[in-house]
Amino acid sequence: MNEAIIVKALEKTFNGLKAVDCISFTVHRGEIFGFLGPNGAGKTTTVRMLTGVIKPDGGNASVMGFDVVAETLKARELIGVVPEAANAYPDLSAWKNMMLIASLYGIGKREAEIRTAELLKEFGIYERRDSKVKTLSKGMKQRLMLSMALVSDPELLFLDEPTSGLDVMSARLIREKIIELSKAGKTVFLTSHNMGEVNQLCERIGIINRGKIVTIDSPDNLRQRIGGALAVDVVFNRDAKLVVFPDAMRVRNGYRLYTTEPHDTICSLVDFALHSGLKIVSMNVCFPTMEDIFLRLTGEGEGEGGLHDDNTT
Amino acid sequence: MITQLRKAWAITKKDIQMYYLKGPVVIFGILFPLFLFLAFCIDRKLSPEFLIPGLIAMTLFFTSTSVSPVIAPWETQMKTLERLVSCPLTVRTMIFGDILASFLFGVVISIVPVIIGLAFGVCVRAPVILSIAIVIGAFSFSSLGLLFSTIPTDLVSNVMMLSTLVKFPLIFISGVFIPIEALPQWGVAIASLSPLTYFTDIARFSISGYSYYPLYLDFTLLIVSAVIFLMLSIKFHERALIRRL
Repeated sequence: MNEAIIVKALEKTFNGLKAVDCISFTVHRGEIFGFLGPNGAGKTTTVRMLTGVIKPDGGNASVMGFDVVAETLKARELIGVVPEAANAYPDLSAWKNMMLIASLYGIGKREAEIRTAELLKEFGIYERRDSKVKTLSKGMKQRLMLSMALVSDPELLFLDEPTSGLDVMSARLIREKIIELSKAGKTVFLTSHNMGEVNQLCERIGIINRGKIVTIDSPDNLRQRIGGALAVDVVFNRDAKLVVFPDAMRVRNGYRLYTTEPHDTICSLVDFALHSGLKIVSMNVCFPTMEDIFLRLTGEGEGEGGLHDDNTT
Repeated sequence: MITQLRKAWAITKKDIQMYYLKGPVVIFGILFPLFLFLAFCIDRKLSPEFLIPGLIAMTLFFTSTSVSPVIAPWETQMKTLERLVSCPLTVRTMIFGDILASFLFGVVISIVPVIIGLAFGVCVRAPVILSIAIVIGAFSFSSLGLLFSTIPTDLVSNVMMLSTLVKFPLIFISGVFIPIEALPQWGVAIASLSPLTYFTDIARFSISGYSYYPLYLDFTLLIVSAVIFLMLSIKFHERALIRRL
């Protein structure tokens, strides 16, 4: 079987509200699969159903060949999980937390000690192994959470916002580890709000909004699908309505236009400025970010500011 | 089965390290029943043979139900629960591990009033029967403690309120301070609903050689209460889990 995860028409309703509405997708073995969506879109509910924490109301899903409802324990034995906003036990040491999870996965003491020592060294927390978790920094705690998820050497890893709010070094360490795991043939199901991270790590991205899958594709294909390979950002000296550019998006104090022909677009913008008596304060040509793609495909944030470009040409 | 038992033991060890091996918990487990007991007994001309079984019963009851009700809300609050339930173990295993920790705490602390009794010259006439009763009683009360925590809340105060609301009246209707034979007919009827009544009765038999109910009935009803509390705990915790996350 080449699929690590198979989801068919999965549904979950809470108090009459469909949190997950008939979603279907597959994740290939060895793949890093990004799962994006705004808050409340159904990401965490989907992860919880796939990890057997909650039961779906409809449809079915299998993880590493095991049905998540009928064979929950068998499926869980093959997966590692870093749940969103979950913590290690604060009054136990890093070492004891690791040993606890190892014993819950049925790993023998000697083997658990070897793996624990290896992982804590790898994640730079071995020196603090006897410190209580409550004394560790947020970055260290999150690295410990990932170590705990890896102690059973899982075939499939569910990471729910693994680098959220972390310092640069911790986030980089975790990203490097994710890539390393993928190279070792492990499958990673990554939920993230960090568009750059998803773009950098994932081979395919699934976007979920209001409980439904909006699209699943590679980052490059998604860029093409939003109407152009490049984005042109323009700021005028005063507020102006770009009536001649109906697709223009408001960003910060200017506009963003997606185009496959940047030369023509720039000329049109210059023409528009000359005819409208406007001065161009700045103009940039950049690759659309994953955030742009996400907002366009989910229909969220139209006309909102706050987009950032990290790929200016 | 053995694998799940090993995992339950891992939960037990975690509970003991996280919740039970704290100075205030241990001291509270001994001092609270002792002071409550002294408050009711001072100036009352009662024999140690009557008082010590009551102290043993109260200590076992309070210690076995002291921490177990708050583990689930604490774990919800600390956000450790979701990590735990993502592991390959069943809710039953988790519940059993929690009960086992509470059980061990109850059994160990209940030795203290026995020692106090011996120091006051009280003779334990049936130590085996008392030991068996402590084991069954600790299991029953620990399961009751787990039952209190089935409210899907992360607020410890909510669980403690319910727990206190049930625990204190039970102390007064279970023959700890007032012998069952001294209760009116309706009092006896109410006392018969409390599992603590049967444990107190066995403890009294073990020390004074007299029991209100036949011993087989005491043991049967204590075991039945343990099974009912365990089953209800598992059922309600399975339901409550999703609402906790």
